[in-house]
Amino acid sequence: MIRTDPRPALLARLLLGLMVLVSLAPLLLVAINAFKSHADIVENPLSLPHSLASMNFKAAWIGGNFSVGVVNSVLLTGTTVLVTVVFGALAAFPLARRRIVIWKLVTLYFLCSVTVPIQLFLFPMYFLYARLGLIGNVFATALIIAAINLPLSIMLLRTYILTIPTELDDAAFIDGASPWQTFRYVILPLMKPGCVTVAVIVSLNTWNEFLITSTFQQGDAGFTMTLGYHAMAGAMSPDLGIMMAGACIVIVPIIAFFLFLQRLFVDGMTAGAVKG
Amino acid sequence: MSQIAERDRSYLFFALPALGLSLCVILVPALLTVVLAFTDWDGVSMPVWLGLENFRDLLNDITFWRAIFNNVKWTIIFLTVPMAIALVVASLLLTRRRSQSVYQSIFLLPYILSPIANASIWSNMIFDQRSGVLGYFSRHLLALHDPLGHVSTALYTVASVDIWHFWGYLAVVFFAAMRQVPTEQLEAAYLEGAGGWQIFRHITLPNILPTIALMFVMVTIFSFLTFDYVFLMTGGGPAHSTELLSTLAYGFAFRSFEVGKATAVALFMSVFGLMAAYAYVWMSRESLQQ
Repeated sequence: MIRTDPRPALLARLLLGLMVLVSLAPLLLVAINAFKSHADIVENPLSLPHSLASMNFKAAWIGGNFSVGVVNSVLLTGTTVLVTVVFGALAAFPLARRRIVIWKLVTLYFLCSVTVPIQLFLFPMYFLYARLGLIGNVFATALIIAAINLPLSIMLLRTYILTIPTELDDAAFIDGASPWQTFRYVILPLMKPGCVTVAVIVSLNTWNEFLITSTFQQGDAGFTMTLGYHAMAGAMSPDLGIMMAGACIVIVPIIAFFLFLQRLFVDGMTAGAVKG
Repeated sequence: MSQIAERDRSYLFFALPALGLSLCVILVPALLTVVLAFTDWDGVSMPVWLGLENFRDLLNDITFWRAIFNNVKWTIIFLTVPMAIALVVASLLLTRRRSQSVYQSIFLLPYILSPIANASIWSNMIFDQRSGVLGYFSRHLLALHDPLGHVSTALYTVASVDIWHFWGYLAVVFFAAMRQVPTEQLEAAYLEGAGGWQIFRHITLPNILPTIALMFVMVTIFSFLTFDYVFLMTGGGPAHSTELLSTLAYGFAFRSFEVGKATAVALFMSVFGLMAAYAYVWMSRESLQQ
């Protein structure tokens, strides 16, 4: 390693430190104020809590209706991930392997649908769902979120299949395997890491999704965790201590999930944007 | 020839579920939206054909023009500020060998949290006059008004919260691209005595240009679709100063039940989206050829 001037290194450290502070400060505010009373927060939002009592958390769990929310969030996210990964992996296979014009058109269609504003299909969809009585049905809502996540997932899985040598397909073909057998026994086992990456990214997107979820999951029984929190925060004269405890309840599982699977998150986010 | 076509037909079943879902949820309702934009519809009764009246109304509506202008402003802000921060931070990360992955995780934290939580944290704990840090400062140090409540500052305030949440993603993408710059080029530049800026300008930047260009298009697309932070923090106010096309359409549909008008706004958004889509497809053409 070449010896360099220490001053730029110090400056780099200072700048990075500043960005760390900017990123974390609002989250630290949540953490300290979750343990304070409303009066203490209004007095000074920067003061440290007197105790680590959990009353705020108990009140937030009830106020945010989180025992309903957690079930809905898990069902919504699980269904969306399942549909997106299964449909996406199936569709990615011919798009990566077949070359005639029709497949190019299908790819083009999916590329274009990435840029379609949600508002372009939201309104007819909403009034259709309302007429069919599907508002508040997590499985029906999951189909919409899956359709939104499908194009990018297909593109990601397609690039994944492109890295698998076609000689494997050819060998399977010569052995008399049908396209389905080729997919099931040759391609799918090799693309599992790609499926896991897509599952992680889609579950994060679904858990955090706001526009579709808040439009289609109306009514207390359909609330997800984030919607329950939103309803609690929007109530008249909220108690801020309870609200920040609610924010903790919403945030901490995502942070834990992220820290546990960091590598997959970063892979999923950079795939497609960086030519490998 | 016919044998090949037959083989492709058996492959069709693989694409059927995804295509079917996408057609039912996106394409067919999108086409319906196009038709509805020419009607007066409250969402329940029969739509009434209006012709171009919705569009005429919108073009005469000053709020509509403000929304377009705000979307353009938003795009310009997002194409400069987070891009610049992300490029600087990503190149700084290259110099930190052992701690780079820790930094990376910290910078991604705001990005992985839900907009509902982020918006509420910033509104209540930072900007609020009664309970926020800014309110505390204005009581004890110097008087600062709530930047969300003023026409001149609200848009920039919401944009900065969205940037706080978003820039880490760009930094991680740029950092991943920079790590693929061939080390021989970097070493050669070192040996030639190039400084940090020269290396960035002549080696790193040209190498990651395709990634920057792709992010440029993505940010443009998302700037025209952006909804969450504005809707959650200001709802388009005060006095429509933060109104975007997306919040305007949402308000028409679900607040005043002028669904026809809402779909007309959505059509305008799609025109912008289509232009970005063209650029996006053009940039993805290499991967299409594979």
